[in-house]
Order: sequence, then structure tokens, then C-alpha cells
Amino acid sequence: MARGIKDKVAILGMGCSKFGERWDSGAEELMLEAYKEAIADAGIDAKQLNAAWFSTAIDEVHVGKSGIPLSTTLRLPNIPVTHVENMCASGTEAFRGACYAVASGAADFALALGVEKLKDTGYGGLPGGRGGPLQALWSANGTAPGNFAQLATAYMTAHGVSGEDLKKAIGHVSWKSHQNGAKNPKAHLQKAVEMDTILNAPMIASPLGLFDCCGVSDGAAAAIVTTPEIAKALGKANIVSVKALQLSVSNGSESGHNSWDGSYFHTTRIASKKAYEEAGIKNPRNEVSMFEVHDCFSVTELVTMEDLHISETGKGWKDVLDGFYDADGKIPCQIDGGLKCFGHPIGASGLRMLYEMYLQLQGRAGARQLKDPKIGMTHNLGGAPRENVSSVAIVGRYE
Amino acid sequence: MVGIVAYGAYVPRLRLNRQAVYDANKWFAAGLRGLAKGERSMSNWDEDSITMAVEASRDCLTSHKAEDVRNIYFASTTHPFKDRQNAGVIGTALNIEQNLLASDVAGSLKAGTSALIAGLNASKSGDATLVAAADKRMGRVASANELNYGDGAAALLCGTENVIAKLVGHHSVSMDFVDHFRGEDAEFDYGWEERWIRDEGYSKIVPPAIKAALAACKLKGSDVTHFIMPSPMPAVPKQMAKICGVGEGAVRDLLGANLGDTGSAHALVMLVDALETAKEGDKIMVVAFGQGVDVLVFEVTAENAKLPKRKGLSGWLARRKEEKNYMKFLAFNEMLPIDKGMRAEFDKKTALSVLWRKRDMIYGLVGGKCKVCGTVQFPRSQVCVNPNCHAIDSQDPYAMAGLEANVMSFTADSLTYSPDPPAYYGMITFPEGGRFMADFTDSDKEQVKVGAKMRMTFRIRDNDTMRGGFKRYFWKAAPV
Repeated sequence: MARGIKDKVAILGMGCSKFGERWDSGAEELMLEAYKEAIADAGIDAKQLNAAWFSTAIDEVHVGKSGIPLSTTLRLPNIPVTHVENMCASGTEAFRGACYAVASGAADFALALGVEKLKDTGYGGLPGGRGGPLQALWSANGTAPGNFAQLATAYMTAHGVSGEDLKKAIGHVSWKSHQNGAKNPKAHLQKAVEMDTILNAPMIASPLGLFDCCGVSDGAAAAIVTTPEIAKALGKANIVSVKALQLSVSNGSESGHNSWDGSYFHTTRIASKKAYEEAGIKNPRNEVSMFEVHDCFSVTELVTMEDLHISETGKGWKDVLDGFYDADGKIPCQIDGGLKCFGHPIGASGLRMLYEMYLQLQGRAGARQLKDPKIGMTHNLGGAPRENVSSVAIVGRYE
Repeated sequence: MVGIVAYGAYVPRLRLNRQAVYDANKWFAAGLRGLAKGERSMSNWDEDSITMAVEASRDCLTSHKAEDVRNIYFASTTHPFKDRQNAGVIGTALNIEQNLLASDVAGSLKAGTSALIAGLNASKSGDATLVAAADKRMGRVASANELNYGDGAAALLCGTENVIAKLVGHHSVSMDFVDHFRGEDAEFDYGWEERWIRDEGYSKIVPPAIKAALAACKLKGSDVTHFIMPSPMPAVPKQMAKICGVGEGAVRDLLGANLGDTGSAHALVMLVDALETAKEGDKIMVVAFGQGVDVLVFEVTAENAKLPKRKGLSGWLARRKEEKNYMKFLAFNEMLPIDKGMRAEFDKKTALSVLWRKRDMIYGLVGGKCKVCGTVQFPRSQVCVNPNCHAIDSQDPYAMAGLEANVMSFTADSLTYSPDPPAYYGMITFPEGGRFMADFTDSDKEQVKVGAKMRMTFRIRDNDTMRGGFKRYFWKAAPV
């Protein structure tokens, strides 16, 4: 394995807009909202930025292509701006670009900003249609909930879990996120919900009901990164550094080869293993203090906790029901409400997850502050169980 | 000896309950009460005359190789395309293109028999000829046609080897007797008074043609074992038979009670029905009326009993789901301005150049088989999908439409737009190898399970109404 970037990059500042149905804002206003907070937090001037990475996934419904929308909105000083898109994992992709620029020495200060303005389509849910003219001729007429619902059917089949047990477990996943989201003033959905409401909600794509699906939100999040040395020289305390950044992308074997049974994320298993290696983590169940994972659907979170090698394969649903991932559990997961309640503006989500880890590690998470977290891990997934981009990031205190 | 060497049929799964139709419309058309009996076949929203003809052709070719077919005649009055060879789509779906003459036969309810005559003549040289006929006609709301029509298809393979029904002779007359018509801009038939059609049309045109055919075949009316004659007036075939000396017992049932009149396909559908039980030596007379009349006479041979089993008309009729929801029938057929929502607005434009490059994949469901590791895969790709192989340019085409698949995972999606929500789809795997995320069709909650066996079926995937109705066809999985 390559040497990696452990402790070569520090987060200097972060910002995150209020997520939600931001009828008052376009993508530009959201970008600025996140950026203003990040640059103030970093304590540097825009003119000091050397490069920027800009993530959006569904260009067609908001700002369009290229790095120009970011550069123009922020009036950046004609620095390189790279537009990145890796589906729902785009936010982490922007962060990765910025981190690699700093780690390589090409930039002292790099900006990663992700935004998505989804609520200008006129209908609920994610905009449909993708994949180009050949896909349009043969790929099933599916949606994100329909694709992830199949993770649930395959998981039940693979591990002999009853429909009732699974429904309860994934219901608990959402219940927990609503409990957490209620404490987050920036979250899209800030209301705790009763288990009965969750279990009896209308079906979206069986077995996933309404509360098994995350919010479709507008929002933006940003990070400014530098080296730990520069951060120290700027007088920063409680420095948060990047311990690992890994990405794994499907190559078609899950969707095209009969070796995959549909019950897990092949890529997440690979990316997390590499990330633990890069970060020097031997026993993640004991060493990771908290998670923000890609809970686009409740079942995604449940299965992901197995693929991140925290819960035993086929037993994650028991950990969930035991409260292992609750705010007061052994490893809190989605302490900010997750995609479920904080919301899921596609291009911003990976950075939003890091924003919570950063706040928690600096002790600035307010009502939801955890006691003394040391290592935070994010997992940001794009695509469908059969074909996806899985990215993980591990951040922690810089000792 | 030239004749029919194999037969096949297709009937959509749904059967519209006629009483339900009548109950919805009786406030307006109380006079339809006499027709409010039994059921008619009803296409699913993703079926048209092409998809039904493909299914009937596959049924017919159960016992024969598609690549041996040299001619395809496709009869219909509801070809989905005015200019684009409909018969050619069937050919591509069956993976035959080279050495193939494909031709559409249309314009009359006797198009099916005219195609069959052409097919029999074409196969005299020994070239296997596939004759397919299908119709999906619409009647106006609260009309008798709406109740009487049915959707369905038949296919007959003509040839000279192992003939199951030898052509004894045929006779045709063509005269512009307009009992009904459907103009270029019309969705529905416009017909004249039934009594006039019976007295001036059938009674004066059909008997002389039958008599001429009998004379040419050196047969008497009483020699006919099976008398096949579709008609919207059930008494008419009996009258024609009587006039020509054909025994009343020979007159075949019109299949009105549980199928309906399948238009230009109906004579061939009834012929398949007869062939399923016909005995060696039986004489079958097929009469089709429509601006003239076609008469064909066949003699069943000993080969008929040896024909390998297929679904046939009886098999497809037995696969049945009653539909009492008349609103659904109207919505499936774009007769109801239902609120489809914004997700129905996505552009369905087809890149014709892509369709051409990938036609074996899209229309033929042809995947690939790796020469290095033997892995079957769909779609065929340049680099083998097997994680332990990844050989480059190693795959031979591998036809998968005839293979049975299993459901690995599935969902019932209420979010995506479907004309028949919820949309069922899921990952299907082929035991030989290969898998893909497929739309399901003809599926009910009770049937779709992990591990369920699925059969691939050729269906409409999308209809590009923005561009005059370019239908995208692809294969879907249906419960076995």
C-alpha cells in the first residue's frame, strides 16, 4: 500500500449552510452561506487560497458544469477550480482533491465546497434520469429507494432475517437519527418521531417506507485545508487532521457477475479496510469514536456498519436494536441527524459529514456534543448497491 | 408437400371482465347488456401487436430454429409503425437478419389469411416462412367493439418438411365491400349497419368463394371437419356453413367467451386452436372476410401428433388474471387523461444510432460468453466481468432470451412512474451466468419472491409520445 496522507493535512476551517427546503435560496446563496462560515473559521483571506474543488452531482437542475459557478459566486482570485462529480459521494471527492493538493505541496490552502439545490424541480425525491442513451434502452425503470430496497430483500435472504426483525431494526436506525436531528439547528428535519409512526408509514419501495428514506434537501458545506504545520503557525489549537481518505469504485462485478449476492457493499468493505490501514487503526470497533455514514436509506446504514467492519456480517441489525449506534451507545452514529434528518444535498453531503466530525473533535457540537471523541469516520456512498462509489474519510485529533 | 409445420399463439394475461365494463357504461349504453358476459383479453400497458407477435413467434419456434427462417410476414391492422418495418422488429427480436425477407401485411381483417397464403406460396421452394398475425384494436368507450374485441396473436411456420397441415388449396376474391373502415387519422373503426353487412356482404360474397375453393380442392362441404370463420356476428359463420353444406358440428367456436375477436389475427388464432386437437385426416377450412374473402383448406397429417409441446392458444389462455378495473383498461390504452405526475415527463428520446449498434443486445437479449473463462454475461462487454478473468475481447455472442432466470432481489417501487404502479423490478440471475437489473411485467405481489423463476418476454419499455410514438422495446422478466 502507498504511504498515504495520514497527518499531512489539517482542517483549518469549515462551514455548513442550514439544510432543508431552502425556497429562499439558490445554489449561489447556499455556497456563500457555507463559505462565509468556513473562511471566518479558518481565519484567512480569500486571496490566500491556492486552489479549490467544487462538487455538485446533478448539474442539470442547478448551476451547470465546470468550476466557473464556484469561482464566480465567491469571486475567487482566478485560482484553479475543479468541478468534481462522483454521484452522492461527490462531497468527499471535493475534499479528497483539496487534501491531495495540500499533501503534495501544490497548495498551502485549498478549498473544498459542495452544494446541491434540489428543490427547484417541482416534485419530491431526486430528479430522475441518468446514464446516457444506452442505459435508457435497457436499465430498469428504477429509483434510488427501489435500488436500496433490494439491499433489504437480499440482506434478509442472505442472513435469514425475518421481515419483521429487519423492519424493526431499520426503523430504529431512523428513530435514532430523528432523536439526534432534533438537537441540530441546521438539520432539515428537527423533529423526533415515534417508532409506531415510522413502522406504519406509507411504502415508498417495499420494504422501505417513508421514514426509511432520507430527506431531499438544499444545502452546501465547505472545508478549508492546510498542513498541520501552517495551522500551528497560524496559532490554531485543537487541530483536526486527516488520518485516511479512501475511495473504492465498482467495476461491474456486482451488477454483472453472479458472485455477489446483493446483501452488502463490496466497495465499502475494500475502502474501509484500506482506510484503517492508512490511519493505522487495528481494531475499529474499539478505536473509532463516532461515525457519520451514508444513511440515504435506513437499510444502507445498517449494512454499512457491517461493511465498515464494526458489526459482524449478518449481525448488524442486532447491534442496531441493542442501541450500539445510538447517541448514548458505544459508537454513536449520525449524531448530527445523518442524511435522514440533516438532509442530503448530494454534492454537499460528504463535506457535511466531515463538518460534524470536525465540530465534535473540537468540542463545538453544542447540545449534541459527545464526550471526548478522538477519531471520527465518515462514509459517503454514490450510486446503488450493485454499482457505486464508496468513499471513507477518517479524521482525528492531531497529536 | 407445402403446409404448416408448426404453430404458436399468444394471449395477454389480463382478461377484462365484460360485466365490469358494462356496469361502468350502462348509464349511457344500456343496450350493451347482452354483451356483458364472459371476458376479453386485455394487453398489459407494455404490449402491442409487435410484442404479441414476437411471443407467438417464439411459441411457434419452440420446435424449430429461428435462424432457418427465410421469410417473415406480419399481418395486423394495428402495426405500431406506419413506416418502419414491423416484421423486421420481430426478426431482430428472434435474432434473424441475414437472408431474411420481412414484410408487413395490413389493411384488412383478412390480412392474416392473406399473409398465410403468401407465406405458403413463399415456402414452396423449401424456405421456412414465418407468418405472424396480431392485433390490438381499440373500440370507443361504451361501444360493442370495446366488448367484442380481444388482443392476441398467432404464428404459423410454413414449409415443406414434417408438414402438420398440408395445404389442399386456397381461393380468394377481393371486392371493396366497406362494412367498416379506419381512416389514416382515426383511432376507432366506423361501421355500417350489421343487417346490411350480413345480407349484402357475407351472404352474397362468402358462399360463392367457399364453393369455388371446395371445387378447386375436389371436396364437398360435408368433408370439412373444422370450419373456421371469424365474424362479429356469431350466427353468420353457421349460416355460411349451412349454405355450403358444411356440417354444423364443424363450425369452430369463435372464442368470444374468454378471448374476444383478435382482428386480423383471429382466423389464425382459431386455426391454432383447431390444430391443437386436430386428428390426422381432418380437413380444416379457414375463411376470412374483409373487402373480399380468403378461403384456405388444409388436411391434417400424422405429423401433427408428433409436434413437440408448446404453450399454444390453450396454454396462454390458461395463464389468466381477471381484471375488473375498467378504469385501468382505459388508462393503459391512453383513453383516460390520468394525472401521471412530473416523473412521467422525462424525455424518452431514443438515440437511433445507439439502438442500431446495440440491436442484438436490446432487441435480441444477446449477451456474451467469455472464451477464456466461460462466464456468461449481460451485456456483452469488451473486458470480461469475471473478477478472476478480465480477459479482453474474449466474448462470443450468447442469446439469453430463451433462458429462465431467478429473482435475486426485487422491490415494488411506488415512486418511479409506471402506468401500472407499483413498478416491480429487480436483479435477475441466469443459472448459466449473467444477471441484470430488469423491469418485471405481468407480476403480482404473490408471485414475486426471491428465488422465483422468471421468463424473459419482449415488451414496450417506453413510448416516446413527444416524437409521434416511437416505442422502445426491451426484454422484461415475468413470473413463470
